[in-house]
Amino acid sequence: MAKQYQFKLVLLGESAVGKSSLVLRFVKDQFDDYRESTIGAAFLTQTVALDDGSTVKFEIWDTAGQERYKSLAPMYYRNANCAVVVYDITQPASLEKARTWIRELQRQADPSIVIALCGNKLDLAARRQVTQEEAQKYAEEEGLMWGETSAKSGEGVASIFTSLAKKLPQTAPPPQTRGGGAVRGAPGARAAVDLNSNTNGGQDGCNC
Amino acid sequence: MDEEYDVIVLGTGLTECILSGLLSVEGKKVLHMDRNDYYGGDSASLNLTQLYRKFRPDQTSPSELGRDRDYAIDLVPKFIIASGELTKILVHTDVTRYLEFKQIAGSFVYRDGKISKVPSTEMEAVRSPLMGVNMDNDSMKSVYEKFGLEPGTQDFIGHAMALYLDDDYINKPARPTYDRIILYTSSMARYGKSPYIYPLYGLGELPQSFARLSAIYGGTYMLDKTIDEIITDADGKFIGVRSGEEIVKAKQVIGDPSYFGAGQAKEGGKMRVVEEDKVIRAICILKHPIPGTEDADSVQIIIPQNQVHRRNDIYIAMVSSTHNVCAKDVYIAIVSTIVETSTPELEIKPGLDLLGPIYDKFVSVTPLYTPTSTGTLDNIFVTKSYDATSHFETVVEDVQDVWTRVVGKDLVLKKREVEVEQ
Ligand SMILES: Nc1nc2c(ncn2[C@@H]2O[C@H](COP(=O)(O)OP(=O)(O)OP(=O)(O)O)[C@@H](O)[C@H]2O)c(=O)[nH]1
Ligand SMILES: [Mg+2]
Repeated sequence: MAKQYQFKLVLLGESAVGKSSLVLRFVKDQFDDYRESTIGAAFLTQTVALDDGSTVKFEIWDTAGQERYKSLAPMYYRNANCAVVVYDITQPASLEKARTWIRELQRQADPSIVIALCGNKLDLAARRQVTQEEAQKYAEEEGLMWGETSAKSGEGVASIFTSLAKKLPQTAPPPQTRGGGAVRGAPGARAAVDLNSNTNGGQDGCNC
Repeated sequence: MDEEYDVIVLGTGLTECILSGLLSVEGKKVLHMDRNDYYGGDSASLNLTQLYRKFRPDQTSPSELGRDRDYAIDLVPKFIIASGELTKILVHTDVTRYLEFKQIAGSFVYRDGKISKVPSTEMEAVRSPLMGVNMDNDSMKSVYEKFGLEPGTQDFIGHAMALYLDDDYINKPARPTYDRIILYTSSMARYGKSPYIYPLYGLGELPQSFARLSAIYGGTYMLDKTIDEIITDADGKFIGVRSGEEIVKAKQVIGDPSYFGAGQAKEGGKMRVVEEDKVIRAICILKHPIPGTEDADSVQIIIPQNQVHRRNDIYIAMVSSTHNVCAKDVYIAIVSTIVETSTPELEIKPGLDLLGPIYDKFVSVTPLYTPTSTGTLDNIFVTKSYDATSHFETVVEDVQDVWTRVVGKDLVLKKREVEVEQ
């Protein structure tokens, strides 16, 4: 039977680097120059099909702006399986901010988390301030995946998520044994209780 | 910070976070600030570094306790009643998406010098006699007399099941006690082992989840902000708050007592909060499960006041690595009670004695504050401190109460649309 995986993915990065735009491009293949942040979405989901027939479903969490005043709650990335840390290739300071997030993840997140560093706004390459060499070298040193994207043109977006989807099933433990919202209610889940059902949480309480 | 908000919320404790989440969903423009650089205020869960910084600033945490990130030590010992009001709010707001819960494995009561399980057979036995009672007229005392229930059973009913902290309920009508017993038994029936559930990674996840709900609905969050002044007009009505040189204006302000003069000497200004009781809480780090609990990974133990000649019960709440709040083979127990004497640490000794060897202990004596006014005249709404009860029912009561005063109508929970987009 084809394998199905589900992973919690979080986005991190300085304000306005294009986190929400990347999600919108990946999930709906849309882009908006004057986008207000999405109101009311707990998270979005998108499924990636791999060559071997297995599928990876991402549960994608956006920061909801809480990082703007250094107020992102640790629960945001607590049991994330993977993180996309975004910087803007026209803003060197945003790479510094990305480094801070990566340090934070290495300190506080699950040690098995897979991190992708993502240089966004590739369509503005004429105004590039962060070289590919610099970012790639840093990513290699820290053992991160790396890629450049444009949420505007769509370039590189699918590829960075697909690369993550390929890497995750090998590095992360099988989803059924992990905690976290991403696998809540999965068949055979451990003894968690499902508040949405009236019965014991031992059984399949999936309400999706 | 030139914008004007509908509501400024001060402090990110659970009460404040539920309120800002619900207010944001309602469409209010909310600014939520906290003086600390972490979420949760007095209802936070701390890692070891934060715990030591708070209780022993001159010491670093011992490395033999393991990794900092493995710890989330609650400051208030409370569990969630499975069929209680907080569960309803969690489900209705869909905040359950952010959390995972586990049962508390056991519920024990101290009787005649030893602890024993709260047995479900006994629960049924006390439930049936209550059926034939005129709930609104008969007092619990008359019920006890009518059925000839001995003092031990009375303690059991009033304290282990109805979860009263003292014996004041005895002379009051039976109805509220009956309702509490029903809540206990239905919660017990829901998952089986105890009436309580608990969020993985500690209680501090609760305020953080409601803060995310608020942010998703447009709420703005600022941690690590000093609040230097609550600004009012000549009539004492709220205008805004000052943080350093910045002033933010809003129509209303909600905040925990620590932002409204709690614990500070009053200097002429208006007294917005008063101290009611004091609670002593001893956070104990153990290297073993509590003796006599069948090695349960999590328990509540109630020591009814009569059993140790007090007016208020002593509670023990213990969680462990099963709930992702500490390293493996470590157990975190909190012993607490309402202070009755000038030597509070002696008062909790019966509880501490049940724990076996204590690796380390962090004791605090915390005043419980309550607001002096409803806030409807000055638009300043103060929440209550976290009380000595073992659950969150009173926290939700406070949320509902503040909501009614702030919004002008009762809180009606609507089931939120499922908003996961495919
Ligand atoms: N040219 C260009 N603009 C982009 C790209 N991605 C995002 N933007 C623009 O950058 C601005 C910020 O994008 P958002 O997606 O809101 O950024 P964010 O990281 O989610 O920002 P916060 O939610 O404030 O943290 C918007 O005006 C987008 O239209 C891109 O690839 N190219
Ligand atoms: Mg955004």
